[in-house]
Amino acid sequence: MNISLNLNGTATDWEVAPGQTLLQALRASGAFSVKLGCETGDCGSCTVLLDGQPVNSCVVPAARVNGSRVTTLEGLLGDDLMIRLQTELVEQGAVQCGYCIPGMLISLYALLKQGPPIDEETIRHALTGNLCRCTGYVKPVEAARAVAAVLEETS
Amino acid sequence: MKVVGKNVIKIDAFKLARGEPVFTDDFTRQGMLYAKVLRSPHPHARILNVDAAAALKLDGVVDVIWHRDVKAIPHTRAGQSYPEPSPYDTLILSPKARFIGDRVAVVVAESVAQAIAALDHIVVDYEELPALTDMDQSLTNSEILIHEEPDPRGISEAGMTNIAARIDKQVGDVEAALKECDLVVTRDYHLPRVQASHIEPHISIAWVDEDDRLIVRTSTQVPFHLRRMLARILEIPEARIRVIKPRVGGGFGDKQELVVEDLVGVLALRTGRPVRLEFTREEEFVAARYRHPQRVTMTTGVMKDGTIVANRMYVLADTGAYGSHALTVQGNTGQKVLPMYPVANIHFKMDCVYTNNPISGAFRGYGAPQGCFALECHMDEVARELGMDRLELRKKNHIKLGDTDPLSAKLGEGKEGLVRVVKSTGLEKAIELGCEAIGWGNKREPSAAHLKRGLGMALAMQGSGIAGVDWGGATVKLNDDGSVNLSVGATDIGQGSDTVLAQMCAEELGIPYEKVIILSSDTDLTPFDVGAYASSTTYISGGAVVKAAAEVRGQLAGVLGSHWECEPEDIVFSDGMVTGPGDQSMTIAEVALFALYKAMIQPMATASHMSNDSPPPFAAQFAEVEVDTETGQVHLCRFVSAVDCGTVIHPKMVEGQIEGAVAQGMGYALFEEVLLDRTGRVLTPDFLDYKIASSLDVPEMVTILVPTDEPTGPYGAKAAGEVPIDGPAPAIVNAICDAVGVRMFRIPATAERVWRGLKEETR
Repeated sequence: MNISLNLNGTATDWEVAPGQTLLQALRASGAFSVKLGCETGDCGSCTVLLDGQPVNSCVVPAARVNGSRVTTLEGLLGDDLMIRLQTELVEQGAVQCGYCIPGMLISLYALLKQGPPIDEETIRHALTGNLCRCTGYVKPVEAARAVAAVLEETS
Repeated sequence: MKVVGKNVIKIDAFKLARGEPVFTDDFTRQGMLYAKVLRSPHPHARILNVDAAAALKLDGVVDVIWHRDVKAIPHTRAGQSYPEPSPYDTLILSPKARFIGDRVAVVVAESVAQAIAALDHIVVDYEELPALTDMDQSLTNSEILIHEEPDPRGISEAGMTNIAARIDKQVGDVEAALKECDLVVTRDYHLPRVQASHIEPHISIAWVDEDDRLIVRTSTQVPFHLRRMLARILEIPEARIRVIKPRVGGGFGDKQELVVEDLVGVLALRTGRPVRLEFTREEEFVAARYRHPQRVTMTTGVMKDGTIVANRMYVLADTGAYGSHALTVQGNTGQKVLPMYPVANIHFKMDCVYTNNPISGAFRGYGAPQGCFALECHMDEVARELGMDRLELRKKNHIKLGDTDPLSAKLGEGKEGLVRVVKSTGLEKAIELGCEAIGWGNKREPSAAHLKRGLGMALAMQGSGIAGVDWGGATVKLNDDGSVNLSVGATDIGQGSDTVLAQMCAEELGIPYEKVIILSSDTDLTPFDVGAYASSTTYISGGAVVKAAAEVRGQLAGVLGSHWECEPEDIVFSDGMVTGPGDQSMTIAEVALFALYKAMIQPMATASHMSNDSPPPFAAQFAEVEVDTETGQVHLCRFVSAVDCGTVIHPKMVEGQIEGAVAQGMGYALFEEVLLDRTGRVLTPDFLDYKIASSLDVPEMVTILVPTDEPTGPYGAKAAGEVPIDGPAPAIVNAICDAVGVRMFRIPATAERVWRGLKEETR
């Protein structure tokens, strides 16, 4: 079937097959930041924003996003908050293999977009759906806290 | 030092944080086909016939292969140096299925959906055979043979028993020594089947290029071993194969093995088209590799004053249907662990058996986490029976500077090894700092009446590469602008080796880190390296980088020495400047221009490095837990790791290695276990049923680096990747025992198991 959506700010038409997931459709359209990790909605590597809310795109039928706004990391590369998050994650050493990082960035972005106050507990809750096997979450959480602190100061 | 020891920006971090298409799957080729594997529903069955006629008639289905279509060349998929110490017991496609999930046939189609649909239309004629899924039964049963063919090589007792590998080595005389001891303590420890669970699944894409060469782009830890293995089993010359490793989304040992590459290779050669095969998460759980489940029996003989006189370790392990790493993982269970207490009498014996269970293999720590769990829990048991403080018992007996490790000489990589002498150790310091950080001997009050707090500790050691076996090469080439191309066979799988090697290169040449352009792991373009395993890269591959960079520096000093009329040795390379003994001075870019356009030489060198040493990194790890006496639930409150990995090349990345290992190790201790039914079917094939640590599970972590200067390491470095995964499980389980007096001999220490332990205790 044919669907229309706003993908990263651009009106887009997709021809989607029955059973095709949003993850598959996004990767087929070149959004390679969206990673396949489990296809059961458990690992969060495929997290994207659907009308501003983080979702696991592997368990969202592509047909379901008709008329919606879908945002992947590619669509946020020029966003100040995203750049701050990326820079902090990189500088804190939170990026090891990097496979889960785009999904983590989307989850953290959605959290921080809500504005302060954001403490460690809320950060850890926001990241529970993003499994990472490399870092033990210490440095990603530290990085997010640093960004949250800057937001707090400037708000 | 200017670059070594600094937290430079990880060389690939920004592109990863931008989600750039840098992984194997972020790449397509025109006309790509998609492969799917038909897997056996039976634990043990002959595959008499495969009828693919109906499948081949379906839209988009291009080819179906089964064992009649590929030549039977026995091999091991272990991914080790040649000659491999693992049995050659595997075929690309076998006439016999040996576990539920074993390869039966492979479909290749125009889309993944078409390939999946075709699997249902393949008719297989099986002759079911009785199966063995219990390792004790495998040990004694010789009626049912899992590998009975005459052709495999290297199985311990091929055609007679199900024993894949055996070791029985002794230093001193344990039996006699035990008779003289004041106290002998024997216990059994049970280790579960757990999985690496890298988030990027196994994935590989292969195609035949315009020069009729097979190009394999794959998520691997061992590109060079892979090229050698593929050449042999696909029967094409190595010259016709190129293996490219892009960014890898985690490996942890599970990508040391050849898991998918042979199939895409066969199919690309057959169809002449690009072929991609990616595992689903379920396939990861069924058909990738596990940490070997083991039962470890520890016997320790000790005198009243706490002097340990004898240690005996017996290991029974389940390698599953195939024996890759059967010998060496289990060898490591003794060799990497028992030397912690270098007593005069040590006996290590192991049997690793085939079963009709999924395949065990390499996983970070490589046998040591199992052995360390047994030994370090046992030390607490010995201390308790002896009435001695568990910290004092360890301090009295642990390995110290200058000590030799007699077991290493007996147990090498599947053969006699080399004597190991400890030339650097920060273990005493690590114990001291770790105790201070956790508040040892000063238990905090629990937060509620039904909760009890406990503290536990464990000591661990590992190696830095495989002595006398692991080696790597590096090439350094200077460019016009003073930048250098560094190409290495060393394989960055996310642990950061590209960064660490670039740091060493920059340090040696006295140039900024940003001037180093690294290329790693492309068999056409980089020197050889054994790959990313055995904690070898910083220590071994780093040695090659330092040598190559030093040689380039020597070439430049030679050229400038003639030009400046001074001794080459008096020329100093630092901060991107090159200065002579007088007031001569040039930037590295000016030197490069001079070398290229005046002296007309290409400053460039290739070096190789191996080591007959494998210096142990050390860790002292400490856990604080709170146990709910009503439910048995264990809360890991704090975890302290104090680690000696020699000179720290990049502090934040080492911390990251340790923190990640603690998260994996806590899963081993508390909740990770792949469950099988009696036929060996995996009951936990997803992240919902097989839980790995999330951001809410991990404890507050304190990570302390205890630098030492290892005389045999580049800039004094040792390894860091594996040693921190050894201690968490015993430290946590020892803390549980400290809290509630219940010894968990079997992990994971789930709430149910702890609760049952508490009930038995009060009965």
